[in-house]
Amino acid sequence: MTGQGMTGQGHAGQGVIGRAVHRVDGPLKVTGRATYAYEHGAEDRPLYGYIVGATIGRGRLTRIDTANAERAPGVRLVMTHHNAPEQGPRDTSVPIEYWRAQPMLTGPEIHHYGEPVALVVAAAFEQARAAAGLVEVAYEERPGRYDFAALRDDTYVPKVVNAGLPTDTAVGDFDAGFRSAAVTVDRLYTTPYEFSMPMEPHACTAVPQGADLTVHVSAQIVDAALASVAATLRLDPARIHVVAPYVGGGFGSKLGIHAETILAALAARMVRRPVKVALTRQQIFQLVGLRPTSSQRVRLGADRDGRLVALAHDVTMHTNPDMEYAEQTAATTRSLYAAPHRLTSHRLTPLDLPRGEDVRSPGDAPGLLAVESAMDELADALDMDPVELRIRNEPTVDPERGVPYSDRHLVECLREGARRFGWERRPTRPASVRDGQWLVGYGTAAAIRGHFQMPTTVRVRLAADGTATVQSDMTDIGTGTYTILTQVAADGLGLPTDRVRVELGRSEFPTSMGSGGSWGAANSSTAVHRACHALRKRLLAAVREDTRSALCGLPWEKAVFADGRVRIGEASEALSDLVARHFPDGVQTTGETLAMTDDPHYSAYSIHTYGAHFAEVGVDADTAEIRLRRMLGVFSVGRVLNAKTARSQLIGGMIWGVGAALQEEGVVDVRTGAFATRDLAHYLVPVHADIPAVDAVVLDGYDDKANALGAKGIGELGICGAGAAVANAVFNATGVRVRDFPLTLEKVLPGLPPPEE
Amino acid sequence: MRAFTYERATDARAAVAAVSEPGAKFISGGTNLLDLMKLDIEQPSHLVDISRLPLRNIEDLRDGGLRIGAQAANSDVAADARVRTRYPVLSQALLSGASGQLRNKASTGGNLMQRTRCPYFYDTAAACNKRRPGAGCAAIGGFNRIHAILGAGDSCIATHPSDMAVAMTALGARITLLDTDQSVRHVDIADFYRLPGDTPHRETVLRPGEMITDVVLPPPPPGRQLYRKVRDRASYEFALVSVASVLSVKQDTVRAARVAFGGVAAKPWRSVEAEAALIGRPATMATYRDAARAALRNAIGRGHNDFKIELAERTLCRTLAHLAAAS
Repeated sequence: MTGQGMTGQGHAGQGVIGRAVHRVDGPLKVTGRATYAYEHGAEDRPLYGYIVGATIGRGRLTRIDTANAERAPGVRLVMTHHNAPEQGPRDTSVPIEYWRAQPMLTGPEIHHYGEPVALVVAAAFEQARAAAGLVEVAYEERPGRYDFAALRDDTYVPKVVNAGLPTDTAVGDFDAGFRSAAVTVDRLYTTPYEFSMPMEPHACTAVPQGADLTVHVSAQIVDAALASVAATLRLDPARIHVVAPYVGGGFGSKLGIHAETILAALAARMVRRPVKVALTRQQIFQLVGLRPTSSQRVRLGADRDGRLVALAHDVTMHTNPDMEYAEQTAATTRSLYAAPHRLTSHRLTPLDLPRGEDVRSPGDAPGLLAVESAMDELADALDMDPVELRIRNEPTVDPERGVPYSDRHLVECLREGARRFGWERRPTRPASVRDGQWLVGYGTAAAIRGHFQMPTTVRVRLAADGTATVQSDMTDIGTGTYTILTQVAADGLGLPTDRVRVELGRSEFPTSMGSGGSWGAANSSTAVHRACHALRKRLLAAVREDTRSALCGLPWEKAVFADGRVRIGEASEALSDLVARHFPDGVQTTGETLAMTDDPHYSAYSIHTYGAHFAEVGVDADTAEIRLRRMLGVFSVGRVLNAKTARSQLIGGMIWGVGAALQEEGVVDVRTGAFATRDLAHYLVPVHADIPAVDAVVLDGYDDKANALGAKGIGELGICGAGAAVANAVFNATGVRVRDFPLTLEKVLPGLPPPEE
Repeated sequence: MRAFTYERATDARAAVAAVSEPGAKFISGGTNLLDLMKLDIEQPSHLVDISRLPLRNIEDLRDGGLRIGAQAANSDVAADARVRTRYPVLSQALLSGASGQLRNKASTGGNLMQRTRCPYFYDTAAACNKRRPGAGCAAIGGFNRIHAILGAGDSCIATHPSDMAVAMTALGARITLLDTDQSVRHVDIADFYRLPGDTPHRETVLRPGEMITDVVLPPPPPGRQLYRKVRDRASYEFALVSVASVLSVKQDTVRAARVAFGGVAAKPWRSVEAEAALIGRPATMATYRDAARAALRNAIGRGHNDFKIELAERTLCRTLAHLAAAS
């Protein structure tokens, strides 16, 4: 589909968009030459900061004695609320939280367990850590609210939920519809606290240079990091330089900066030396936002042939009382299935715990665990194939907004997935198939994820030697941004990929919305595509009346940019010659995308990505250990920019979904407000042996309402529904329905028959 | 982590002499100790590195047993042909533990000496009688899903995390200890670990400065051997419950049996009650159920870990049925 969306100004194309090009930054990463935030500044003898966290969940500091720590070897500074510089306040009038000030060490009040109470800065990391143990703190502890299960009815109604979406929606008359339904499901599902655990911890090296401050940071959005540091430190944004060329994973937890960056920046300015701070793995469980725990009531009412009459999804989640976060857990339920009578709602229970933040596919990931489990329960109640039930409820227009879908292929995903997976071999009766010690079951679930578009600017520059450079403060958090933008620019300028250089992650570059919400790839590649388009236009305008060019006077609208040349009919000229003659110092243009609120397509259409998961599990008949046997996801995401990085993203999401179904669970000790699961030995994620044959297939597609490239985001879709497919397979294997995620073995064990001979 | 000094011991006698100063500790693979030092849970002032002592050999004994040097790496023991053929339960247990990298680094003696993975033991702000005798036990009344159901008390409900030691317990291993006065003694593994009582910080009968030099396996007991580990994920995870068993069945009757559990107590839990309930009885599921009930008769759940009682019973039943079917 290369070339769609282009008009006039010549055609470009190497057919490189979509190809499984290897990561252009791969060799740098595997040879250790990609420099991450904490690795900078070695030449300037940096100092090392270590954060001391509160050991109460709520109350206040009554005494903090730093004398012993200050005397410890190598220590240069111990910062507490007594000597921390004044900082800008958290300003809720700034519309997106990640741009707000994040003041630290502001006073004696403790709002959650682990909150920073001091930063110890020393010549070596080990010295800072040892001295941190010498900071003496006394507290006055106050009773805190830590127990979601006990307090979940004590709620309030947030004004809006995440991404500015409405808190509640209602269509038709749900109660009447539900009452009239022949078959109903009314179930409560619960999902646990979950954490983003990127390989690279949250880290910062702050380097003061006179009035300027360079901030090497592990962040998903450079512009947000800049704004947040500037607002917190009350500095002129022009004096701050954010550098984040390589980021070792984020999953939402690096959309905003946290204690590591603010404390490093404050300390660096106090001691006038570079200061590094990284969170330890244990600290990430306390100082970075988490996915709220949720309680979700799902009610489905259907007629005998499976058509939904009424659908309700009512969600209660925890929030920190001072920093509201309302995950949009019921939001995609509004667009998933047809039903005339519908309700969705979100409620919040304030708890004295770390704040909620975006964790991969906020809302959709936990919401689909509940809704897609409930659909499986409905299929069981109707004695209907769960794939068929979903197909029967395919809407023709968005059932709540009443607008058409831009490009919806959920039914194709379900059908293609069922065919490839061998769904017809599914045991129709639960607990009916056994393979040795294993009870075997199949499960399916639908995937849906909203598509967002945010304002982004990129710059594309052609040098006189015919090489192109793309610049943006966009980030590559391991997703493949460098590679896809190389491909899109190569396509747009008709250059081989090795003549395109992509430079990302610096605040000096044009501003983007970074990586997050699955918007990064579509935003930045569309902007690059547009910049290339503008660049072609300028080059052709220059060449039109240039008698030195072989292309002079030829019909420019037929120009083709390919293989490093510009061709019109039989005539052609090297792109480098053309640039060198007309733009000896190079030529550059910018390309932009609009915010979705300014793009009429986003109000006229319901724009989503879709998929269908199929899982086969084995459940040990004696011990209830659940092991995935194989899994397939079939997805519709518009156009794919790179088949390899797309597949990696989707499979990564599916694996997280398996973890969410079976393992991941943050457990709060309700006596103290501390997480008892505070490292990766106690907070489990899948290991290789848990993930056998998993495959992701993407349907050919192009969503012309999404953007000129027809591409939509894929970073989060893989996790959506994946866990429900696994849970549904467990039911199919055992006949045991677990509604409390994750499905650890003790929840299945009581439903299994005793061991037999 | 506190500042500490380090020396590498050149022979076993020098090692025990060096470790006799206060605050000194042995280090071998360091796969557990270094983590605990970084988290300020272990605070040695001096480390005596015994990893290069000539204690890596695995030797045949004249009585048909095997002597395993305390510094033999877990992966070397697991791969040893004699271990695999004569003591498969030990090889299986070792291979079910940790990861390939850790098994390459971890020593036999260090595996025996590893400490509990109780999350409150790992949290220096939480009450823990192991870390600070008299402080209390936060796991009681806290999140105790991985905790003990047998042999625990009001002072501590932690479990011993080793797989290897469970197999060695079923095999009746003896541990050789070298004392600071250079004397040598032998302790049955069943007597090596202490139950918490009022002193959960005292985990073994090791005297201060005493060093494990080897583990002696007696000739293999009659019957087939199996290690079955039940856990939340397929690899790189501690046991919720594990069973090491050796079972001899002739003419459908159990002639000999060894049963040890992991993940249920502060020590690998040899169940003589289960063994007595098996020997001389028909090799049937009814017998296995009786044995399982006998083994878990005194088990106490603490809330989150209540399921372990049934899980241990079921796991033992299946392990015995498996062994009998293979006989």
